[in-house]
Amino acid sequence: MLRVERVNAGYGDIQVLWDVSFHVAEREFVVLVGANGAGKSTIMRTISSMIQPISGQIWFEDQRLDHVPPYRITNVGISHVPEGRQLFPEMTVLENLELGSLAPRAKDHRKETLAWVLELFPRLRERQKQLAGTLSGGEQQMCAIARGLMSRPKMMLFDEPSLGLSPLLTQEIFRLAMKIHSEGVTILMVEQNVKQTLTICDRAYVLENGRIVLEGKGRELLEDEQVKQAFLGI
Amino acid sequence: MKSINWPTILVIAVLALFPAVVPSDYYRHIFIIALMWVVIGSAWNLLAGYTGQVSFGHAIFFGTGAYTAGLCVTKLEISAWWGMLLGGPVALVVGLLIGWICFRLRGPYFALATIAVGEIFRLIATVWRDFTEGMEGILIIQTFRSKIPYYYLALFLAALCITVIYLVTRSKWGFYFVAIREDQDAAESMGISAFRYKSLSLMISSFFTGLAGAFYMNYMGFIDPQVVFSLHYISIMAILVGIIGGVGTIWGPPVGAFIMVLLQETFRSSFFGLLPKWISEAHILVFGLLVIFVIRYMANGIIGDWSKIQRLWSKDRELLSASGRN
Repeated sequence: MLRVERVNAGYGDIQVLWDVSFHVAEREFVVLVGANGAGKSTIMRTISSMIQPISGQIWFEDQRLDHVPPYRITNVGISHVPEGRQLFPEMTVLENLELGSLAPRAKDHRKETLAWVLELFPRLRERQKQLAGTLSGGEQQMCAIARGLMSRPKMMLFDEPSLGLSPLLTQEIFRLAMKIHSEGVTILMVEQNVKQTLTICDRAYVLENGRIVLEGKGRELLEDEQVKQAFLGI
Repeated sequence: MKSINWPTILVIAVLALFPAVVPSDYYRHIFIIALMWVVIGSAWNLLAGYTGQVSFGHAIFFGTGAYTAGLCVTKLEISAWWGMLLGGPVALVVGLLIGWICFRLRGPYFALATIAVGEIFRLIATVWRDFTEGMEGILIIQTFRSKIPYYYLALFLAALCITVIYLVTRSKWGFYFVAIREDQDAAESMGISAFRYKSLSLMISSFFTGLAGAFYMNYMGFIDPQVVFSLHYISIMAILVGIIGGVGTIWGPPVGAFIMVLLQETFRSSFFGLLPKWISEAHILVFGLLVIFVIRYMANGIIGDWSKIQRLWSKDRELLSASGRN
């Protein structure tokens, strides 16, 4: 479904990604793990076109995504839940959600999608009139995910959804991701929370210094000596 | 419409009756200038307050509108009133070109770029004497000797501008503007083209500012580059009007416009001749103090922090009545 082919990317003169290639099949749950500064968020930003790759190609279904302006990405069916939420703090929860469904495909189904999303996130139903900036961290993350769902994506990109959340809320967020996955949405997630994400995903890639160094099924990687040493501290 | 409430009607009634009740041309003049600033301040606020693109260069559009009207007379030899039709559209086109260049930059960098472009426009108008008459400026004969037609025209423009901006902010566009202000990247990932909607906001903003400029030419009868392209008389004043009244609110700039114009006039005339003349030199100092005060105590401006002011007021009265009982 998504193919990233030999992508080199970075910021100005500083190259972050070196020859990164990976793919995500339809209905798969794929995780990219790696330490701070490994380039995880850069990959996400490159897929959603906020950064243009120096070289390489990104394909989604039959469309080439690199060099498409960022505001078009949602139209192809990809929804990016950005790192640190990036809600519109001075708007209500409901307004935030409505802004998630601007793509023509999503607009026609706004009512049903909203009902579905509010069922998935009962917390947000209670708070729909509240300003998004006044929500707690966990609720904000839920709001960001819900906003992402409003565009009826075929694929969702999660950028560090557990950032700044308590272990309990982190589990809640991962449970929601699995729920969304079970409803037929393909998921690509970037996480530092290696142990938990490797348990729930189908496949994972390990990123080190901007290069993909390992690939495998989540459970297999959990047993891998290298991963154990580098991330799990065993 | 819920928005048409009694205070609004009262304000419109007072402003509509003002020239009939107050026979003095002097006070009428001050109100005409204040109404003109309502237009500029509201236009600036749409771009800066609602869309988050702080412009330090609104003199560009004001000056463009004013010179469009002036050049109608000197070059086309038609009435400067044609400028009222042309000034807005010409300023809009200029705005579009400037946005095309400057919207590549974000935040403070955008603001700095608008300062630079503003100064470029002032210098061009100063140096290109064959076209603009340079520092000699453009002098025309005003159509009316009475202030009253100008007063009602200014009132109409102010009402038109506020109504249009009110409708825009309540529309789909308004939500896109605010989304871009809150987080441009997130807005883009929702499918909003930031460039397109920032340009749209700038076009509406520059149109009304240009209209105000064309009105100024018709009303004052004289313009020169140092006045209409001025950084501090126009661009900074537009910002002050917005900040004092309340950025990102409909009624902030109108309130800010009246406060700033009245304050400026009070100082310019040395408190209507009651105080020694050197006081008039202090008006910029007072503007500075006012900005410091507003930012420190009412960061959202008078309208934006209105509930805070009301609370303060009612608390004072509670305290007074409490101490009275004791």
